Amino acid sequence: MKQLIGSVFVLVMGLFLWSLVPLLGPSAGYLSTYFTQHGVADNHTANLVTAVVVNYRGFDTLGEVLVLFASVSGATFVLRRRDGLPTAQPWPASEFLATGARALFAPLVVFGAYIFVHGHLTPGGGFQGGAVVASAVLMLLLVNRDRHLPHGLMTWLESLSGFGFVLTGLIGLAVGGSFLSNKGLMPLGEWNTLFSGGLIPIIYVLVGIKVGAELSALLDVMFHSTGDADHQEGQA
Amino acid sequence: MNELTLYYLAAMSLMLVGFMGLVWKRNLIKMVLAFTLIDTGAHLFLVALGYLPGATAPIVDDAGMFAQAQSLMVRQGAVVDPVVQALVLTAIVIGVGVTALMLSYVVRIYARRGTLDIAELRRLKW
Repeated sequence: MKQLIGSVFVLVMGLFLWSLVPLLGPSAGYLSTYFTQHGVADNHTANLVTAVVVNYRGFDTLGEVLVLFASVSGATFVLRRRDGLPTAQPWPASEFLATGARALFAPLVVFGAYIFVHGHLTPGGGFQGGAVVASAVLMLLLVNRDRHLPHGLMTWLESLSGFGFVLTGLIGLAVGGSFLSNKGLMPLGEWNTLFSGGLIPIIYVLVGIKVGAELSALLDVMFHSTGDADHQEGQA
Repeated sequence: MNELTLYYLAAMSLMLVGFMGLVWKRNLIKMVLAFTLIDTGAHLFLVALGYLPGATAPIVDDAGMFAQAQSLMVRQGAVVDPVVQALVLTAIVIGVGVTALMLSYVVRIYARRGTLDIAELRRLKW
């Protein structure tokens, strides 16, 4: 019976999805036409996706950063208690992994920073750069499982970058008349150079720091969620 | 059938595989994997929806196109839709966060009940 209900559900879902196909086709809506026409002239950013993410729909991006923060807080809350988890005895990292991770850590952090600094010029940005920085932290944790990230520093980085994002938006509201407005506060700069786009690179760097700190904190929590014997004794 | 229809069908098939896994698999980790398949299918579908045949990426990096953009005269269909790409960019990050949250629930459930089989978790049944 259960199998039947499942099969019927999958069948209906499949028919629904396949029946959508003939209705779809290439089309440019009113908004995307506006964004492609005015994006460069309004913001002097080469990358139109960045103009949409950070400027036109910047408020949504703030909400999205909030969703990421909420999910990371939820995971931290759920994994904080360690009782009942199996005690893990991880293998020590091999020589290859240890040497490779030490050699690659600094270049990866610099590469991540490069990606979020150039978010308005190349197909990169705060989210991608933050993920690259977090992957550097992942390698660090893989080599040394007992290492804890500096908790206070991560909290401060995350809070200050989030606060900076909201503050930039409010300054835009005061000066330019709308939240995250890119008018009037900073010169837009010359198109296709590093210092262009007004507030957009600043906001994307803040987003990059925030995403990097959040994903690193998530990795830290997941790595230290196995029950270790002395910790449980300490709690009991 | 043009190439765009092929893109839509591929993305929807991926979503359908995810739904099948969600319905028929009983291992919680496999269900999380099925969820990420649905997620990826939705991302591919959105990106395919914004694609225009013959258009380039929405990055204005040559001077001729910049001149057009300055006078608000970008040719219709010259670049693909940047809106769906911005949506997918944020959706990927949210997908990572939600997957991490689901996996931490799975870890807690395993610690509490000692099983990953969803059929054995009967407390929530009515």
